Amino acid sequence: MKDAFGAPQTLLLLGGTSEIGLATARRLIARRTRRVYLAGRPSPALEQAAQDLRALGAETMTVAFDALEPDTHEEVLGKVFADGDIDTVLLAFGVLGDQARDEQDPAAAARVAQTNYTGGVSAALVCGTALQHQGHGSLVVLSSVAGERARRSNFIYGSSKAGLDAFAQGLGDALHGCGVHVMVVRPGFVRTRMTEGRREAPMATTADAVAEAVEAGLRRRTEVVWVPAALRPVMAALRLMPRPLFRRLPL
Amino acid sequence: MAVLPPAPDTAPAPTPVSGWGRTAPTAARLLRPASYEEAAAALREAAHSGRGAIARGLGRAYGDAAQNAGGAVLDMTGLDRIHEIDAVNGLVVCDAGVSLHKLMQVLLPLGWFVPVTPGTRYVTVGGAISADIHGKNHHVSGSFSRHVRALELLTGDGETRLVTPQDEPELFWATAGGMGLTGVILAATVELLPVRTSLMRVDTERAADLDDLMARLAANDHRYRYSVAWIDLLARGARTGRAVLTRGDHAPLDALGAAARRDPLAFRPGRLPAPPRMIPEGLLTRRTVGAFNEFWYRKARTGSGRLQRLSTFFHPLDGVPDWNRIYGRGGFVQYQFVIGYGHEEALRRIVRRIGAHGCPSFLAVLKRFGDGDPGWLSFPMPGWTLALDIPAAMPGLGALLDELDEEVAAVGGRVYLAKDSRLRPDMLARMYPRLDDFRELRARYDPHGALTSDLARRLAL
Ligand SMILES: Cc1cc2nc3c(=O)[nH]c(=O)nc-3n(C[C@H](O)[C@H](O)[C@H](O)COP(=O)(O)OP(=O)(O)OC[C@H]3O[C@@H](n4cnc5c(N)ncnc54)[C@H](O)[C@@H]3O)c2cc1C
Ligand SMILES: NC(=O)c1ccc[n+]([C@@H]2O[C@H](COP(=O)([O-])OP(=O)(O)OC[C@H]3O[C@@H](n4cnc5c(N)ncnc54)[C@H](OP(=O)(O)O)[C@@H]3O)[C@@H](O)[C@H]2O)c1
Repeated sequence: MKDAFGAPQTLLLLGGTSEIGLATARRLIARRTRRVYLAGRPSPALEQAAQDLRALGAETMTVAFDALEPDTHEEVLGKVFADGDIDTVLLAFGVLGDQARDEQDPAAAARVAQTNYTGGVSAALVCGTALQHQGHGSLVVLSSVAGERARRSNFIYGSSKAGLDAFAQGLGDALHGCGVHVMVVRPGFVRTRMTEGRREAPMATTADAVAEAVEAGLRRRTEVVWVPAALRPVMAALRLMPRPLFRRLPL
Repeated sequence: MAVLPPAPDTAPAPTPVSGWGRTAPTAARLLRPASYEEAAAALREAAHSGRGAIARGLGRAYGDAAQNAGGAVLDMTGLDRIHEIDAVNGLVVCDAGVSLHKLMQVLLPLGWFVPVTPGTRYVTVGGAISADIHGKNHHVSGSFSRHVRALELLTGDGETRLVTPQDEPELFWATAGGMGLTGVILAATVELLPVRTSLMRVDTERAADLDDLMARLAANDHRYRYSVAWIDLLARGARTGRAVLTRGDHAPLDALGAAARRDPLAFRPGRLPAPPRMIPEGLLTRRTVGAFNEFWYRKARTGSGRLQRLSTFFHPLDGVPDWNRIYGRGGFVQYQFVIGYGHEEALRRIVRRIGAHGCPSFLAVLKRFGDGDPGWLSFPMPGWTLALDIPAAMPGLGALLDELDEEVAAVGGRVYLAKDSRLRPDMLARMYPRLDDFRELRARYDPHGALTSDLARRLAL
């Protein structure tokens, strides 16, 4: 169960090697988390991540999970919930893709959408239903500022996050009053391996800063979190900017 | 082969339920049994659902004790009959859903009072037993369960048992303070206190700081039936722990004036309007709360032998309905612990730390406990108990309270489960040495886990 400050005792991380996800797990383990499930594609990196969390004192299990295989989600994730209550689910899987190449390779572009959006829809629905059955828990969905307004430079990724973001908000409304809290997190540029080698955007931040914002959001039961918080007014302005002007921005 | 029609779905939809502190709400099916049979049926059904049931009284526990995510919560206030009053020997037999408010209304005119009352009258007899509550008279009278002769308990195995401290001491003392986890209390027989009037005779004095306060309390608490001190944790420096002590007893008939003597047992609680629904966030800051505490410390009218209404003396907050809303959406936590005599240094350290952290805490309550009772998870033990309210949104509060837990556990003290919403499970075992016995007894009387609560899940009770 979560305590009065929203600190969970059990965590299911979808995208078990995600840098943001693991930074959050470490932070939550420092508070109350004692049992962690790392769901992801089997790899030495996934096992290593589990080892690292065990060293911090959390009983940690790995679960084979592939966002691109939604048909398996109900069974794979169902087993996790059958073990016992999950207080917080963190949906952190996602791929950035390669916009320039994917524009030439529609199948690759579709995989970005399938991972981020379709996989997200299916996994979030499975988890949302299980949380509703428990009568408690938080579902934290890592969206992105890229979904707030699609940009020339990464609209394939951006549109997949826009879809996921809208879906998660709707799910949050559907689960309102069921004891379940859905939180959408919109980070800006985060320095992780996902963005490695790319030109840093203004207001770039770190995985730890996102983790801190997630922890605070759980405490306050916030519905939308921006990281850094100052991105919220910036994006509000960008959203209203006329198309011709927006097109010419070096984003 | 014919297919059976689906069972009619009569179960109510889950609704959010929270404790008095309004933190961590979870959804459960709220059922309101109107008879013992309905309560038994609801418990049976909950046992099959896999997520169990828990009894709930008036929801005055601060944390998650009367919540049960995904399962059933049995609102016991529908069972509120007073079955029998023995006005000669001072005994009442009543349903567990009867409130202490109602008992006072009915019993005071007959010259009887409840044996123990907490800081609010709006608790049920079931809640009073399950938390084994204490009052300002703990140093004289012990906790509530000491005055319970018998109770009717619906255990998880579906049996209804008459439980007395003589015949079934284990089940009785596991239930006293057992937070509803040994069964659903249906009715109880409670011993009462004879009184001649409905007024209190009260001595009020100020203490300049914590040491002065402790000295005054230790020196002459034994002369009063009721004793408590309101302490200002925001005052810094030399004034840390300045306090107002109020101590007294039920007023004898000859203390009343001629007019009051005509109806000496009249019960007249007052009630103020509730605070507005929408409270701006950030209303309670160190500054605003500090100013309130300052005002309150100065306005306290000291003196001895002053007559007060029962409600003014025992339940000042009950005059403001729903006062818990002033903490806004984020809710608040109450931290209450007890530290044994001889460990005053730890108490001083904790008070200093709370002050240094700047928790915007309204007046805290300090009191001396007398002997504890045998309840396995009963909170009181001989020593100093301090209780304070803090807005849950205060940054760093979780970590601060964890550190205070360490201080408390290190000297053999404990925190109060009826107020808790954030303790760590490993701390619980250190604070309550009979925890394993409690778990073993639960497994025996409730083999299929029909009874459970959010508190039980959080602390692996
Ligand atoms: C303003 C205020 C002042 C307070 N002052 C004090 C004080 O001075 N001393 C003190 O000791 N406490 C104090 N309390 C705490 C309060 O007395 C306890 O939390 C009490 O248990 C609340 O009773 P309730 O009927 O509201 O029970 P709830 O809050 O509804 O439930 C509390 C526990 O009792 C169990 N329970 C309730 N009914 C039954 C039943 N029929 N059968 C089995 N289990 C049941 C529940 O499962 C739960 O575990 C105070 C609370 C407030 C809000
Ligand atoms: N970094 C940023 O700037 C930034 C900004 C805004 C939002 N975000 C979002 O935040 C989340 C976490 O990002 P991050 O920075 O932590 O990146 P990361 O370290 O690259 O993590 C991405 C995770 O997604 C997993 N994944 C990819 N495809 C998968 C699939 N088909 N099935 C299962 N898992 C799959 C990866 O697992 P493998 O190990 O198997 O590849 C990895 O665990 C992502 O949703 C990302 O879109 C990131």
